[in-house]
Amino acid sequence: MAAPLTLLLIVAVTIRAVLFRSSWAELISERVEVVSPLNAWKRVVEGLALLDLGVSPYSGDVFHETPFMIYLFHFVVDYAEIVFMVSPGLVFCLSRFLTSLYLFRKQKYALESDRYPADCLELLRSPKEMFYIPLKVAMFYLLNPFTILSCVAKSTCGLNNAIIALFILCTLKGSALLSGILLALATYQSIYPLTLFAPALLFFLQRLYIPVNLRRSSFWFFTLQYAFIYVGSLVVITGLSFFLLGSWDFIPSVYGFIFSVPDLTPNIGLFWYFFAEMFEHFRLFFICVFQINVFFYTIPLSIKLKEHPVFLIFMQIAIISIFKSYPTVGDVALYMAFLPAWSHLYRFLRNIFLVSCVLLACSALFPVLWHLWIYAGSANSNFYYAITLLFNFGQILLVSDYFYAYLRREHHLTHGLYLKKKDGTEATLVLK
Amino acid sequence: FRLSSLIGHISTCPSLIGQCCQRHPGSVDEFQEELVIRPLHSGDIYASFQFRTLWDTDFLQEGQKVSHYRLFPKSLGQVLSKFSVRELHISFTQGFWRTMQWGQPFIPSPPGAELWVWFHDTVSDVDGNWKELTNVLSGIFCASLNFIDLTNTVQPSASFKPLGLGNATDHRFLRYATLPREIVCTENLTPWKKLLPCGSKAGLAVLLKSEKLFHSSFHSQAVHIRPVCQDEQCTSKAWELRQTLNVVFDLYTAGQGKKEWSLFKMFSRTLTEACPLATSSKVYVDITDNPELFELSPATPLLSQAVVLGDRRTYSVFDLTRAETFGQLRSLNLLLRWKGDGGEMLRPLLHAERYVAGFGLQTGEIHTVIYNNHPYRAFPVLLMDSVPWYLQLYIHTLTVTSKSRDNKPSYIHYQPAKDRHRPHLLEMLIQLPPHSMTEVTVQFERALLKWTEYTPDPNHGFYVGSSVVSALVPSMVAMNTNFTQDQPLFSSFVPVKEESSYFVRVYTEPLLVNLPTPDFSMPYNVICLTCTVVAVGYGSFYNLLTRTFQVDEPSLPLAKRLANLIRRIRGVPLLT
Repeated sequence: MAAPLTLLLIVAVTIRAVLFRSSWAELISERVEVVSPLNAWKRVVEGLALLDLGVSPYSGDVFHETPFMIYLFHFVVDYAEIVFMVSPGLVFCLSRFLTSLYLFRKQKYALESDRYPADCLELLRSPKEMFYIPLKVAMFYLLNPFTILSCVAKSTCGLNNAIIALFILCTLKGSALLSGILLALATYQSIYPLTLFAPALLFFLQRLYIPVNLRRSSFWFFTLQYAFIYVGSLVVITGLSFFLLGSWDFIPSVYGFIFSVPDLTPNIGLFWYFFAEMFEHFRLFFICVFQINVFFYTIPLSIKLKEHPVFLIFMQIAIISIFKSYPTVGDVALYMAFLPAWSHLYRFLRNIFLVSCVLLACSALFPVLWHLWIYAGSANSNFYYAITLLFNFGQILLVSDYFYAYLRREHHLTHGLYLKKKDGTEATLVLK
Repeated sequence: FRLSSLIGHISTCPSLIGQCCQRHPGSVDEFQEELVIRPLHSGDIYASFQFRTLWDTDFLQEGQKVSHYRLFPKSLGQVLSKFSVRELHISFTQGFWRTMQWGQPFIPSPPGAELWVWFHDTVSDVDGNWKELTNVLSGIFCASLNFIDLTNTVQPSASFKPLGLGNATDHRFLRYATLPREIVCTENLTPWKKLLPCGSKAGLAVLLKSEKLFHSSFHSQAVHIRPVCQDEQCTSKAWELRQTLNVVFDLYTAGQGKKEWSLFKMFSRTLTEACPLATSSKVYVDITDNPELFELSPATPLLSQAVVLGDRRTYSVFDLTRAETFGQLRSLNLLLRWKGDGGEMLRPLLHAERYVAGFGLQTGEIHTVIYNNHPYRAFPVLLMDSVPWYLQLYIHTLTVTSKSRDNKPSYIHYQPAKDRHRPHLLEMLIQLPPHSMTEVTVQFERALLKWTEYTPDPNHGFYVGSSVVSALVPSMVAMNTNFTQDQPLFSSFVPVKEESSYFVRVYTEPLLVNLPTPDFSMPYNVICLTCTVVAVGYGSFYNLLTRTFQVDEPSLPLAKRLANLIRRIRGVPLLT
């Protein structure tokens, strides 16, 4: 196992190193699909240059990184490439834990408790299958063209992904303190990981055998503990950021920017064209609607998936990547890295062929239509917008397909794989 | 009795050097007008009018409101006192001043409208005063100055020091704005002429006919108000109002290709009398190149020499207050006839150009090129750039190169833009090596705006105002630092502090930049389509969250169901 992983690491690092040194690096770091106003490397350099000039980076509207990034890059700006190559490595570490520790153990316990009906044996994964999952997850992340592009562009999305991956790692290892701190850091970087609080909490409750019952005091005790760690670290991190530049300017510049979407630079998300064409009167209303849309699925999903917090984490990350205000392909790559962990759901996926075709075609069409609009002048913004719509539609279809497959597998695990109708003929299963 | 009246008479006698200061209490304003005609080497002709009103009253004095106006226009006086303005400079220009072909102008101005104002330091809300001032001036000059708002106003820290009295260096009280898209036409000329004491009825202003003035390569009219010293020791202060009009007539469009100019050909009028309210009314013709290049008629014995813009020039003076200037026909029509194609024009020592490089609608680069044509002296220049917020400048890409080597500016003041609130302001002090070309480049990204923020013709592009290059250029000829009352107006506009250099301000071209545009016919469609995609997401998740898997029991067809209903009533076994 170690040998294939090492080989994979070497290949991934080689590809990135080659691309860093070629002329493609500049081209990629300008692509709007790969970088956004929130995480472009050009803007980080600009912010540091403004700091050198004696002007606060937050006094203009070009720098939207948190002060933590200023701290970090002030010292390592010359070694930026190395920093960006290390961060996918962290995600890769996660992959090992995700499967080898958690999924395997869960299945083992379930088998031992004899919970499954007899004919479900083929639904369960054999240890041999599960043995290769870490390699597959690592491969899916490290060799994913989206990740490679994001890394070569030196977009700070890679660092945010690393923090989220570390958070998941600490959660799965069972360390509530570290998990709370890392979640606070991830929330501090971009507000949306706030929704990951619920799945992390559910995971810890499950691990400590505390039932999720609102009337039980043990539930509240642990919840308050975890919330205290989380909110406390968030407050500490924000306070430390204040002391970097001595002002609260970064709050409207970072979080105000994420929520109010003033910059309409095209990207792969749904916000930019919507708000470019919005009637002024309704702008505030639709900003609220779109932002609530991201946070809104947390509670229903947590209720439905309270027994399966890891899948809930995957769902939440996917929803954040699709509906956030400035998505990039780096965010898409993060949840796609999880897909091999659920490769056993393949038999229940209904639209996988259509979805993969749509996503591949859109990825190929993005640069083409951008060129036609911006450089050739023979297309207009509607072309690029249409591909954006299709790409997001494909992502939504992918996520809901996996959700369907997961729920269906759970249903089969409890009710048996081959279901029969009352008269003994083969039954079909529908959602009612 | 006779001795005291003699002493009294001597003390009020006009001084040998200066102009008479016959002060009567209450009416202490005086008016001077002047026209300078400078033939240019390319065959074009440059005419510069200056009308100056000097009044020693205090608009900003507390409690005492000025109510009796004579020569000073009341509308401007009220503006000064209401908004506590210390200096006001407004110019409307059509065309671009071609420095390399025409030399340096007496009063530089950028294309479009430019307004810069120093407020008094007693003002508490400068932005509020600025907003109201622009609207009032917009009404006075019939120009759309109401488009000046906080998104195109800057506060330069070093480039626009007060031209009049006052040693305030707090640039919080300075506001500068330019509207490069502003068009100048007769509508703006008429209210400008109305501010003159004689209007356009007498004096030099009769020449200001709009059909001819706007049929020119360059036309600029300006109003400059500032407090000045009345004498060398500066014991008393006065308010000076200068109205200037610079126009360059083109050889081919206005001159019909013939290198022969006359007042009648330029202005379709001749001069018949001086303005009766003027204490001095003169026409200066630059005859430095006279014997070789052209001949002037009627000849005049009055000559004057002045050092202006670093060069000693000789002028023929026509004094309109004297009756003999007009000759027997009682009209003065100056005639300049070219004799041959003449030599080399004195190369202007400072010159600047600007252009946008790059392709596509995503990024671009602004290049500003500054030329120092002095053969052996280096001097520093202050470059000021005000770029609108929708072109996001990246200051880390700023490079300044002279003679293909890096030239680091010694002072950089950069204020980044805030989206929809204020523009970028970049001011740099660059040392120009002698006889060199310095290139300043900075990269920018073009923003996508909201569909309501585009101008009516969005694919025309957006204008970026001219850069301002200000410098003290070393002079080949010693400048005159003495303060004299009968100095020609064109040489006393800019205060001369030292002998060895003179102040020059060069404006570059304005830029026209295209931004990516959304499709303006699509707001409803976009809202519907995006909401559809979000709804697809919502719908799928809703289904999966609220529904459960069930075995599909097929339901009986309608006929059988009805039959079952009847069977139940009858009490007979049901169908399946």
